[in-house]
Amino acid sequence: MLNYIIKRFLGMIPVLFGVSIVSFAVISLAPGRFSSLDQAMNPKVSAQYQMRLNRAFNLDKPVHVRYFLWLKDLARLDLGRSFVDNRPVAAKILERVPVTVGINALSLLVVFLVAIPVGIRAATKEGGAFDTATAVFSFVMLSVPAFWLALLLMQLFCIHLGWLPISGLHSLDFDYFPPVRRFLDVAWHLILPVFVSSVAGLAVISRYMRSSILEALQQPYIYTALAKGLPQRTVLYKHALRNALLPIVTLAGLSIPGLLGGSVIFESIFALPGLGQLFFQAVMARDIPLIMAEVVLGALLTVAGNLIADISYACVDPRIRYK
Amino acid sequence: MKDNPYLFWGLAIILMLSATALFAPLISPFDPSSIDSQGLLMAPCARHPLGTDGLGRDLLSRMIYGARISLSVGIIAVGISILLGLILGSCAGFYGRIADALIMRFADIMLCFPTFFLILAVIAVVEPSIYNIMIVIGLTSWMGPARLIRGEILSLKEREFIQAERALGASDARIIIRHLVPNAVGPVLVNATLGIAGAILLESSLSFLGLGVQPPVPSWGNILIESKSTLGIAWWITVFPGLAILITILGFNFIAEGLKKIIG
Repeated sequence: MLNYIIKRFLGMIPVLFGVSIVSFAVISLAPGRFSSLDQAMNPKVSAQYQMRLNRAFNLDKPVHVRYFLWLKDLARLDLGRSFVDNRPVAAKILERVPVTVGINALSLLVVFLVAIPVGIRAATKEGGAFDTATAVFSFVMLSVPAFWLALLLMQLFCIHLGWLPISGLHSLDFDYFPPVRRFLDVAWHLILPVFVSSVAGLAVISRYMRSSILEALQQPYIYTALAKGLPQRTVLYKHALRNALLPIVTLAGLSIPGLLGGSVIFESIFALPGLGQLFFQAVMARDIPLIMAEVVLGALLTVAGNLIADISYACVDPRIRYK
Repeated sequence: MKDNPYLFWGLAIILMLSATALFAPLISPFDPSSIDSQGLLMAPCARHPLGTDGLGRDLLSRMIYGARISLSVGIIAVGISILLGLILGSCAGFYGRIADALIMRFADIMLCFPTFFLILAVIAVVEPSIYNIMIVIGLTSWMGPARLIRGEILSLKEREFIQAERALGASDARIIIRHLVPNAVGPVLVNATLGIAGAILLESSLSFLGLGVQPPVPSWGNILIESKSTLGIAWWITVFPGLAILITILGFNFIAEGLKKIIG
C-alpha cells in the first residue's frame, strides 16, 4: 500500500511541472502587458515609468528566465507580490480560502447527503414514479445554466418574497452581532450560493448512485446473500451499497476542478469574497503572479483530488494496488 | 425512432433551433439592434412577444440571432476538439511507445487544469471575441475524444483485418482513417454531442461574465448581463434567454442519451 502511495505521489510531480509551464507560457506569451494596461487607461504614463515598472516586475526579461525566477521563488514558498497592490500573493489567497472552500465543502456535503439516498431509492424502485421523477429532474438540472438558476432564485426569494439576502457574506451590522447571531447571519447568506452550486452535483451523483446500485445488485454475491436467506435490507445496505459507493468516491475527487471553475461565476453573482472572485479580478488586471498562483493552486487541488480518490479506491479494492 | 423518445425529442429541438438560426433574418420581427426609444423595458405584448430590453430592442429578435452564436460556438468548438482528439488520439494509439507516452502525459496535464480558470485567463489576454472562444474551448477539450479514440485503436490494431490490410501494403494513414477511426465513431459522437452542450454552456457563462461575445452582437449569455441590473423590474429579460439556453442544452443532452441507447 505504502509503495502504491509513494509511486502515485512521485507521479504527481511531472504533471504539476507541466501545468505550471503551460500556464506560464500561455499567460506570458499572450499580447498585452500589465504595464501597458496602465497606459491604456492613462495615456500620460511616460515610457520611463513603464520601463521602471517592467524592471520592477522582471517583465523586461525573457519568458524562460521569468519562469525560472518564479520557480525559484516558489521553492521558497514565495508566490511573489501582486502587480496591483504589491501585497504578497500568498496573503491575498489565504484570506480568500475559507469562503470558497467553505461553500464548496458545504455543497459537497449537501450533494452526498441528498444524492446517495435518492439514488438508492431510485434504484430499488427502478422504473417507478420516483425513479422517473428524479430522472427528469436530474436531466433538467444538468442542462440548466447555474448562473441563470441563481438569477431566477434571486428574483424569487430575494426580491419578490424578500426571504433571503441578495448578496454578500453577512449583513452590514455584522460586527455588532453576538456570536450565535453571527453564525445564523452567515448561514442565512449562504443558503442560495450553496444550493445553486450543489444542483449540478446532485443531478450527476444521484444518477451515478442509481446505476451503480443497479449494477451491484446484479452481482452473483447478491444472489448468494439472498439465497442464504438474508433480509433484503441487509443485502442492500451491507452488500450492494458498499460496493456501489466505490465509484462515487472517485467522482468526488474528480469534481474538484469543476467546483473551482464554478466558484468564479457564483462568487461574481452573489458578491462573495472568495478565490473565484479574486481570480476574476486578477485576470481582468493581468496580475500574472496572482493568476499563476491560482492556476497552480487549482491544479494542485485537482491532482490531490485524483490522488485521494485513487488511494481510497486502492484501500478498498486490493486489485488496484498490485497492478 | 419510435422506441427512442430521447433521440426523437432531442433531434426535434435541435433541428427547430438550427432552422431558427439559419433563417434568422426571415423570422425575426425586428432588426436585433434597432432601437425603439418609445419602448424601453416593455413587458411582453402583441408587438414585442418577449418584451424589449433597456435600449428598447426587441428581445425575441435578439434571441433569434443569439441562436446563431450559441450553435456556431458549440459546433465549431467541438469540431476543433474532435479534430485534435482524432489526430493526437490515433497517433498515440497507433504508434505507441514514445508518441503514446508523450501525448497521453500531455493529456493528463491538460486534464489537471482547472479548465474554466485557464479559459478565463486566456480570453482576458487575447481579447474576448466569438472566434477566440471557439478556439480556446476547442483547445482545452480535446482530451476526452483523444482518450476514446486511443482506447479504441489500442483494442483493434492487432486484430486480423488490420494485419491483412497491412499485408496488402496499406499506408498507416489509410489504416487509421479507413479502418480504425470508423470503429470509434459511436462513442466519439456521444462525446461530441455532450461537448456541444458543454461548449454552449461555457460560452453563455463567459458572455455573462463579459468575457465572451461582445455587445452589440446578441448572445444569450450577454443578454443576461442586463438582467443583473433589471432584477425585479423586467422578469422577461432574465427568464427567456436562460430558458433558450436550458432548452438547447437539454436538446443536445437528449440526443446524447438517445445515441447511447443505440450504441448500447
